[in-house]
Amino acid sequence: MNWITNYVRPRINSIFSRRETPENLWQKCDECGTMLFHRELSGNQNVCTNCGHHMAITPRERFNALFDNGIFTEVKVPEPLADPLQFRDQKKYPDRMKAAQKQTGEKEAMLVATGEIGRTPIVAAAQDFSFMGGSMGMYVGNAIIAAAEEAVKLKRPLILFSAAGGARMQEGILSLMQMPRTTVAIQMLKEAGLPYIVVLTHPTTGGVTASYAMLGDVHIAEPNALICFAGPRVIEQTIREKLPEGFQRAEYLLDHGMLDRVTPRTKLRDELISIVRLLLGMPQAVKGDLAPPEPTAKPEATAGK
Amino acid sequence: MTQYLDFEKPLAEIEGKAAELRALARGDSSVDFADEAQALDTKAAQLLEDLYKTLSPWRKCQVARHPDRPHCRDYIDQLFTEYTPLAGDRNFADDHAVMGGLARFEDKPVMVIGHEKGHDTKSRIERNFGMARPEGYRKAIRLMQMAGRFGLPVITLVDTPGAYPGKGAEERGQSEAIARATEACLQIPVPLVSVIIGEGGSGGAVAFATANRVAMLEHSVYSVISPEGCASILWKDAEKMIEAAEALRLTAQDLQGLGVIDRIIPEPRGGAHRDKANTVKAVGKAIGTMLGELKKKDGAALVKDRRQKFLSMGSKGLAA
Repeated sequence: MNWITNYVRPRINSIFSRRETPENLWQKCDECGTMLFHRELSGNQNVCTNCGHHMAITPRERFNALFDNGIFTEVKVPEPLADPLQFRDQKKYPDRMKAAQKQTGEKEAMLVATGEIGRTPIVAAAQDFSFMGGSMGMYVGNAIIAAAEEAVKLKRPLILFSAAGGARMQEGILSLMQMPRTTVAIQMLKEAGLPYIVVLTHPTTGGVTASYAMLGDVHIAEPNALICFAGPRVIEQTIREKLPEGFQRAEYLLDHGMLDRVTPRTKLRDELISIVRLLLGMPQAVKGDLAPPEPTAKPEATAGK
Repeated sequence: MTQYLDFEKPLAEIEGKAAELRALARGDSSVDFADEAQALDTKAAQLLEDLYKTLSPWRKCQVARHPDRPHCRDYIDQLFTEYTPLAGDRNFADDHAVMGGLARFEDKPVMVIGHEKGHDTKSRIERNFGMARPEGYRKAIRLMQMAGRFGLPVITLVDTPGAYPGKGAEERGQSEAIARATEACLQIPVPLVSVIIGEGGSGGAVAFATANRVAMLEHSVYSVISPEGCASILWKDAEKMIEAAEALRLTAQDLQGLGVIDRIIPEPRGGAHRDKANTVKAVGKAIGTMLGELKKKDGAALVKDRRQKFLSMGSKGLAA
């Protein structure tokens, strides 16, 4: 035993071992258990390449795949009052917020952006289930109102990706009031004659389903997404019987007339382009990779100005 | 005979003693307990006054759910004339958890819609404890839209633990029905006033209470989730409902502070269930006042005001 074996070698080893096994290179599919390489998985929008299971995707990843060349502009959302009820459960609400912000790197549970899909200008909003279960509080309400206002201002359709456990309990009645507030936002779109398309992703439940998620002109769901008002556990406790296979899943809702379509994530973009262009009377989009918009001027020339 | 709530136990003892004394006196004319019974009555009255002056949020939930509390049916019977119930959603069924129809309020034609919980076992089952299914919301939408076409003010009475969490209800689109009912509330070009008379349970309440004016009875509650539900999610223990009720700020007083409701209707001493007649009268007076405030506005202004009211909600917070 000496200084080299006790101190230097472990240090050297630890540096190398850290480099050699970075975490999260591989992710296991929750459904079929296949180990998926991270690039392969993100290249397929977090859909398992083996069984087609749809894993969670953040709004930013989704927008990167949705918008042409991954280019979009974020829409600013008005800040709501922080912790209006001074809510305390086992933790303080502001502490839960800080933890969620740290964990996700996002400010809140919804991202709003403008951009083009297949050269079709749209406004998009996506809910972030990883941020406090995507729960609908005042910020999410403000985000939907901002998205609707932006769509009306730019005369563009709104595509909304829903994902939420429901209302944010820590904002109490004010989260409940987002049901009428977001309904007003949707009415603005409808009065302006603009399409409102909802993509319901796993899971969409509670007050979110019972407001803006069920008021679309077109409802599309991702395969096997849980979509409901009351969750299956609550129902089982109430009626004391086992629920049928696939109950409240996207395909079940399609059968019961609540959805227009169930579409895999990888085919969603083309379908959205198609629907929006049909509704707006635009010519059919050119499929496949588009050439860069215009032969651009030399970057040096513009940058110099 | 009053059904005492758990926190009313001391009161039950005193009132029980007073009743005993009076029974004794009736059996034996040689003794006179009148003075003592009177003293006990005064003591009981004082205790009742004190108990209800400072009801905790959880106790308010208990009072709001009291089985003897006046229900939608009582208000319709006593405040409205020529009540003509209208049934069915024209699609699937008639939901008995929601009552509604044409009626006259202070002689003027109106549409009245409300949740009804029922008053005994049979009627409670028939009314599904005031938990509406999609058909109930769709019936309400139909009636609201009809009122809109004929220029009738709409009065809604809210008293529901929440929308019914059942298999059929989900299959028939509970979420869509609630969303559309909220939308209908926001669209109708007639005055819409709402009173929360007992429990305002989550989305099932919003579907009726997205109104120009919202009033609450003093000891009613209005919340995004039941205290029990909130406790089991956030505390992982449904028994923590007292803490949850506290945190949720579901009382009429807090909701007025947050700007979510417009007025509080005082209840008689000891809560609405101790004096139904006067409670109903007070609610009637409040409805009259609220309708009066909206009388001069035309349809477009009513719709605009209603939207603005909800868009601007959330600018006021509560201090610790």
